[in-house]
Formats: sequence, structure tokens, C-alpha cells
Amino acid sequence: MIHLEEIHRIYDTAAAPVHALRGVNLRILPGEFVAVMGASGSGKSTLMNLLGCLDRPTRGRYRLDDADVAELSPDAVAAVRNRTIGFVFQGFNLLHRATALENVELPMLYATPTLRGDEARSRARVALGRVGLEARADHTPSELSGGQQQRVAIARALVLDPKLLLADEPTGNLDTRTSIEIMGLFQQLNAQGATIVMVTHELDVARFAQRIVVMRDGRIVADRALDRPADPVAELARLPDEAEAETA
Amino acid sequence: MYRFLALFRDALRALRRNVLRTLLTMLGVIIGVAAVIAMVAIGGGASDQVKLQVDSLGENLVIVMAGGAQVGAGVLGGAGTAGTLTVADAEAIRREVPGVRHVSPEARSAAQVAAGNENCSTQVLGVGVEYPALRNWPLAGGEFFGAAAERAAARVAVLGRTVARALFGDGDPIGAVVRIDGVPFTVIGVLAAKGANMMGQDQDDAVLVPYTAALRRLLGQTNLRMINVGAESAAAMGPVQREIAALLRQRHRLPAGREDDFTIRTQEELAAFAGSTTRIMAGLLGAIAGVSLLVGGIGIMNIMLVSVTERTREIGLRLALGARRRDILRQFLIEAALLSAAGGVVGVAAGLGISRVAAWVLNWPAAAPVSVVAGAVVFSAGVGVFFGFYPARRAARMDPIEALRRE
Ligand SMILES: Nc1ncnc2c1ncn2[C@@H]1O[C@H](COP(=O)(O)OP(=O)(O)OP(=O)(O)O)[C@@H](O)[C@H]1O
Ligand SMILES: [Mg+2]
Repeated sequence: MIHLEEIHRIYDTAAAPVHALRGVNLRILPGEFVAVMGASGSGKSTLMNLLGCLDRPTRGRYRLDDADVAELSPDAVAAVRNRTIGFVFQGFNLLHRATALENVELPMLYATPTLRGDEARSRARVALGRVGLEARADHTPSELSGGQQQRVAIARALVLDPKLLLADEPTGNLDTRTSIEIMGLFQQLNAQGATIVMVTHELDVARFAQRIVVMRDGRIVADRALDRPADPVAELARLPDEAEAETA
Repeated sequence: MYRFLALFRDALRALRRNVLRTLLTMLGVIIGVAAVIAMVAIGGGASDQVKLQVDSLGENLVIVMAGGAQVGAGVLGGAGTAGTLTVADAEAIRREVPGVRHVSPEARSAAQVAAGNENCSTQVLGVGVEYPALRNWPLAGGEFFGAAAERAAARVAVLGRTVARALFGDGDPIGAVVRIDGVPFTVIGVLAAKGANMMGQDQDDAVLVPYTAALRRLLGQTNLRMINVGAESAAAMGPVQREIAALLRQRHRLPAGREDDFTIRTQEELAAFAGSTTRIMAGLLGAIAGVSLLVGGIGIMNIMLVSVTERTREIGLRLALGARRRDILRQFLIEAALLSAAGGVVGVAAGLGISRVAAWVLNWPAAAPVSVVAGAVVFSAGVGVFFGFYPARRAARMDPIEALRRE
């Protein structure tokens, strides 16, 4: 699915060039669920932007589905972003004047072949349902909590059933329970065939993946498979009951 | 369709974001389109009106005015002041020029007309018995004077509608005595309303008396201001014009090489002259329209550039979600087109309003054809697309990650 060879990314800033990625080699097979961890500033988001075809490496080769991304036409890249990849941004990036439902519909505006209006709307509703937000479909982002906004962003990434789901800190603003529920959703999508790459700071969240990649200073310093990913049902059961917590 | 509706919705949302700014941006287009519509409506009404007025002059009319042609002289005003035409000239034309059906001498002067306590200043026209036939000007009541009254220089008057109103209100003036510059005349008829002439003068603001009476009793002179001649047919007008010219040159003993001391105008020439003034007016309005559409277009370009800059993040997001460059291009073009088409619609409304008012003030029928109205709206949308293209292309060429990072 993904094949990175000696990827470098150097940001040209006014002060001095920042070498954010220093030779990353990574292979991800179809159907994998990978968690990317690492300290702040280690290059995780930079890597995700490259994987999402939003940015181009300064050096190195990125092959996606056996195609060299550097050689794709702009329209082909747009189609990849639209249909192949679902991207959850670290900062959500929602349209502030549009409702949650309209935000989730957004990728479908650019889908080929075109969808019918009612079809797009019902798909958007289903996607909102999967993140537990049907009731908030007609609210604008400013009327939603941070966690709810994050879930709208996840719904938007899911709505076109991407083969590759890229999520930059998808649970950064969520409580433990909701985080586990979202991980359950990711595992479910993964079981249905989606490849998932997820950035997270929390080992508790990373445990739901099958493989954990650790970055430091723009390089991959550890890469190991998990024998037994965490089970969301069991994890939820282990959470202290809220009612109990209140009486305690 | 869905995609288009969504684009449309997003464009409306973007324009609603800052209503005042949107309105100010539309102003240039509004003014331009309003000018176009007003131009077409008033200009069209004017040329209809000119045609009507030229026809209302009478049929196959050839007008002989005293005095030579002066550059820029009014058609019915400037010429005709020199005292070179006489009653004998008029009679000679009737006698000797073939193809002539009617002849009416005409003398004119401003005068005070009084009846009882009412009085008004108006034009006294001394004309011949054939004048109503020549000018296609029927009577509303009473009768016109006949040959006997003309011969006797009888003190009889036929009132124009405006004068009749001013002196008698809704009452019946026939049989009443009016004093023209102090000289009593008996009213024997009232003319039907004729409206304004090409120069915008009210033709009904006049009193008609026999030219003999006008010359002898009011003006105290023998010179005519003009001679109205009715040709037998439209085809006869050219020959009649040439024959009259030859006859008058001979009668006035003008040596070859000397300019005419009279001016002959046919109805067609008057129509062409009147048409040229309306064309100039239309051209002026057209220039205003063009300039303000240009300014409006630049305003749209400016505001679209601002909008593209403000919405950089949104553009980045759309690109990241799979929008192609042409999708972004289209989005901003639709927005610009919507902006200026809305300006076009408001401009059409304003233009129609203006032409209504102008029609009322000028007493002209003014109406813009539906095709022009539709064309103006489509054209203004086109202005938006044209001037929106550069900003839209700028948006479409953005790099998604750069755009998303921008604040
Ligand atoms: N647009 C940019 N211009 C210049 N430097 C940048 C830019 N984006 C990131 N960097 C730098 O590149 C390095 C990697 O940044 P990146 O955003 O990939 O880190 P991260 O691992 O995602 O961190 P975090 O966990 O805080 O999100 C950092 O040193 C950062 O300062
Ligand atoms: Mg990051």
C-alpha cells in the first residue's frame, strides 16, 4: 500500500532550513493498522501530510498503491485525496459557516462519478451516526465541543469509505470512553479492509493498533508489531462505571 | 446538479458573510446596468416619439423657411427670422410648382392672450385655411376659418388645447372673445391635443388665426416666417423641393453663386436631424454604462482577491479533500458571477425606475424590451466571470498544505 524510500523533508524558513524528516523508510501493507508515536516536533505531522499527498518530499520516493506519487497529474492527485485517502487533521479544519452535515458532505462535492444530492446527504448522516453525532447534524462547528468537532472531522474522513485512513491525533480532544469508541470504529473499518495510519501521543490509544512506529528527530527509531491489539469491548468494560464514580 | 447547487449555496454563504461589502461591490455594476436599461428605454421611447412627431407634422410636408441655412440653427427656431418670404411667394408656389397639394403661409409671434380675468402668454400662429389638412391636425370642437375669413383678415381664432384650458378651464370657449395683445378675436374652434414637438415644445400652447389677420392686425408686417407645402406624394417631395428652390431663387433675383435666402426642409430631413440628437444621447449614456461596468468589474476583481486571501484555509481544505483546480476555479467564478448578476438585477430594477420617471417627466413612452433586460443581466454576470477570473485562478493555484497553514 505505502512504500517510502529515503524520504527527506526540509522546510525553508526565514531563519534557517528545518530538516523535519531525515531519511524515512517505511512500508505499510494493505490492511495494516499502524500507530505513529513520537515526541512533539519529531516529524509525525510532516510525515502524515506527505502520506496524504498534501505535501511533497524534498527528496526520496513515495509509492502509493505501486504508483509514484511524484509522477501523478494534479487531477490524479486530487482523485487520490478524494477517494483513496481519508484524512483527519490535527486541527480538524472544519468550515465554520457550514453545519456538521454540510462539512461531512464536502468531500462528496468533489467525488467522481458524482453522487446524487439525497445519496450524499444520507451517506453523510450515516457517517455522523458512526461517530455518534446524528443529533448534532445541523449544528455549526462553533456550536460543538472540541471533541464533537473532532468527531465531525473523523466522519468527514470516513464518508467516502477510503482505502487509506490517515488520522493525525484523532483522539487528542476526546475523553477515554469516546477515545475507546473511536478506536473500536477504526478497528471495525480496518477489519473491513481499510488501511489505517494514526498519529497519537498516548500509548493507551496506540495499543489498539497492530503495529507501532516511533519517530524521533525526523527518523523512525522503532517499529514493532503488537501480538494482541487492545480490545475496545474489554477496555470499555474495565472503565469505572460513571454512576459508581459519582457515588464513590 | 447537486454539485452545482452546493456550489451555489457556498457562494451565497460567502456573499452573505459581509452584506455591506457585497452591496458596495455591486454598486458599479448596478449603475452600469441601470444606465444601459435607462438608455435603451428612454432612447427607444425617444425614437418612437420622434417618428410619431415627424408623422404628426403632417403628410409629405415640405417647409420653406425665411433666411439662409445656418450651421446648427434650430430646425424650427433659428431659421425663418429673416424677412425674405412673402405671401406672393406662397401664391407663386401654389400656382407654379407641380405636385403641390396644399400651401399654407405661416407667421408667428409671441403674444399675450386674455379672456375675462384669465390671461396667458403663448404663440400666435398666422396660418392659411389649409393648415389643419397640412398638419394633420383635427379640431376638437367648433370649426376652422374659411377662405372668406382669410381674405377679410377676420378677427377669428382657433385655440390650442393648452391655451383653451388656461383661459377657460373645462368650459366651452367657442363664441367667446379673447384679446390677443389687446386686439379682440372671436373663438370659433378648439384644436385636438397634439402634444410636444421634437424640440419638446408644447404644440398645443398656440392660438391659430388667419395669417392675413396676424400680419395686418398683430404683427404689422408683410413678411412670412415660413411656408408650409404639402406634396401630393412622398415621391413628389424631392422634385417639389427642387422646384420651389428654383422658383424662389428666381423670384428673389439671386444671382448664381449667391446663397439661398431661404431654407427648405423636408419631413425626412427633420426626422434624420431629430434622430441624430437621440443617437448622441444614447451614445453618451452608453459611454457612462461602459465606464461604470468597467469600474464595477474592477471592484469585483478587487473584492474577489480579498475574498480569496481571507479564505485561504478554506481553499486549502477543499483541495485537501479532493477538489481539483477547476473545482476551485469554478467556485470563485460562480461567486463573482452571482455577485455581478445580482448587481445586474438590481441595476435593471433601478434602470426601469429611472426610465419610468424620465417617461413621466419628458412625457415620452419609455419601455425596455425583455430581451434587453435579460441581456443586461447575462452580460453583467459575464462581467463578473471576466473580472473574477484572475482571483479565481489565483485561488485554484494554491498549494493545499501551505494554504491550510495560513491563518
Ligand atoms: N511549515 C513549517 N515550516 C517550518 N518548519 C516546520 C513547518 N511545519 C513543521 N515544521 C517543523 O518541522 C518539525 C516537525 O514538525 P511536525 O509538525 O511534523 O511535528 P509533530 O511530530 O507533528 O509534532 P506534534 O506532536 O507537536 O504535532 C518541527 O520542528 C517543526 O517546527
Ligand atoms: Mg503534529
